Amino acid sequence: MSNAVAQADHGHAHAAHHPALQHHFDTMSQQKEAAVIGMWLFLLTEILFFGGLFVAYMIYRVWYFDAFAEASRRLSLFWGGLNTAVLIGSSLTMALAVRAAQTNNRKWTVNWLVLTMVLGCVFLGVKVIEYEDKFANYEVPGANYNWLYHEQHAAAGGEHGDAAVPPAAAEGHRQLSLTPQQLQNTTQIYFSLYFTMTGLHALHMIIGVGLMSVITWMAWKGRFDAQYYTPVEMSGLYWHFVDIVWIFLFPLLYLVERHQ
Amino acid sequence: MSDHVSPVGLYLTIFSALMILTGVTVAAAYLNLGLFNFPVAMVIAGFKASLVVWYFMHVKYQSHLTKLTVATGLFFLTILLGMSLIDYVSRGPAFSVTPRPINADSVIDKR
Repeated sequence: MSNAVAQADHGHAHAAHHPALQHHFDTMSQQKEAAVIGMWLFLLTEILFFGGLFVAYMIYRVWYFDAFAEASRRLSLFWGGLNTAVLIGSSLTMALAVRAAQTNNRKWTVNWLVLTMVLGCVFLGVKVIEYEDKFANYEVPGANYNWLYHEQHAAAGGEHGDAAVPPAAAEGHRQLSLTPQQLQNTTQIYFSLYFTMTGLHALHMIIGVGLMSVITWMAWKGRFDAQYYTPVEMSGLYWHFVDIVWIFLFPLLYLVERHQ
Repeated sequence: MSDHVSPVGLYLTIFSALMILTGVTVAAAYLNLGLFNFPVAMVIAGFKASLVVWYFMHVKYQSHLTKLTVATGLFFLTILLGMSLIDYVSRGPAFSVTPRPINADSVIDKR
């Protein structure tokens, strides 16, 4: 009976192939490619998700460019630059984690994944420091927003020394086209976008660290080998995507007209 | 299998390039390039993103179908950004930041 032959063949095939190969795929590479394309389709929705925010940013930047230029200086280039370096470093460790999984190195898969999570947490910690500074200086949009507080505080010799240019220099370094009242109104748009975009990015980081702790546990348990490491690679794609978002956020938010 | 194992040296090279380009971005922001400050920053960021996609995300070693999928995303992002900005920017300054007094005369155009 052909049916019986097919059954026998099927049973034989099961015995031969990798335990991680799902029933509906012919080969491991076919299964892998399906996962890669599926992950990229998810990332495309993420690109357009962030894309909407980038469009909003661009339109308001065109409309209120001077306000964006002024407000951007309130961010600390030190913390922003440090976080960029930390995130690029975490992308390297993530790539090395995938490579360790590819080469059957369980110990270093776990080590690189843990290091990636640590760097992710360092990034989030720096973000907390930056947000705290914004709250302390009344730079969070809303009823308590006070554009002038920072300069008055800096003039009084405050401890927030990041962007602490003396008020005289702040007035003199560029021709201000906006009155303090206009700045009070329009810079809130910048900070609304700042908190929305970096907040959504930070949320993705938190999800990424959570995802990676599961993957690390799976790697620790020895679930992966050179033929099957798809979860490591997929969380790597996600992590690199989050890194790319920051690569654009850094110049857009921190580096508006710094030269004047 | 599409499982290309990149050498560690390649990852370190890409990492170094990304760090150097971050420095270049910051340095370029302090130069007065006039209208070109923004395009320069975006070109560098785009190049950094391409390095990450191509080497860290292994798109270089994936099938044509995967590459097409990635390109589709960039295509739609370009439409989203491009079309929206063409619309808004070509309307001229939509809001004047100069406050206008609100009274009956200014609300109803009596020309």
